[in-house]
Amino acid sequence: MSPDAADRAADVRVQAADFDVAAEIAALRAGDARVGAVATFVGTVRDVSEGAGVATLTLEHYPGMTEKSLQAIVDEAKRRFDVYGVRVVHRVGELAPADQIVLVAVTSAHRGDAFDACRFVMDYLKTQAPFWKKEATPQGARWVEARASDDAAAQRWRR
Amino acid sequence: MRDSPPVVVRLVYLARLREALGSAGESLALPPGAPARVATVLETLRARGGAFAAELGPGRAVRVAVNHAMAQADDAVGEGDEVALFPPVTGG
Repeated sequence: MSPDAADRAADVRVQAADFDVAAEIAALRAGDARVGAVATFVGTVRDVSEGAGVATLTLEHYPGMTEKSLQAIVDEAKRRFDVYGVRVVHRVGELAPADQIVLVAVTSAHRGDAFDACRFVMDYLKTQAPFWKKEATPQGARWVEARASDDAAAQRWRR
Repeated sequence: MRDSPPVVVRLVYLARLREALGSAGESLALPPGAPARVATVLETLRARGGAFAAELGPGRAVRVAVNHAMAQADDAVGEGDEVALFPPVTGG
């Protein structure tokens, strides 16, 4: 299997299990010596949100649409930027503070496209991919509200 | 005028909306003669009043996906389509 086909086969995953960032990067690089830059973003659970302590964070998604939505974002990133591989791993289910939530990893020849593609994928994921967060706090459970700043971040890439 | 059967769609409610409506989904027959569009689905549900009117009313941010693709009010829906209603997404 070519490096491109290997990348494509594992572009996006939605899973309850944790992920190993080093292992994901190694798999994405796959010994490809064309790669000169690897950019990664890892989103993690904070223990405070809107002034309240967070005991657990539960992530719900829309099975069937989630993977398609993430793949469409990855495909668009590959179209816009000069990148070799893009990988997105997003967890679902109940998480605890400091747990990893999401990984975006990008390989490219140079840092500019790697950084830009990584940020593009996260900005679109935040506004387009069907995930929802529910926080358990001492005051009870509550759904996290979407932020206008996330829409603004995605809007920057419109063209 | 033809006597065509109403369009029936499969509704899916997600996240906060599922809890507020007390349902994960249902089948919905659109009113005969009404345009088969996303807006018609929302209007039909709002007309029930109660939680549906409150959650889907003016000023409430509701997103809609038809067959797993994000959709707008004017987009068409067809027989058997899966129409999902949910709040703005908050992943990542």
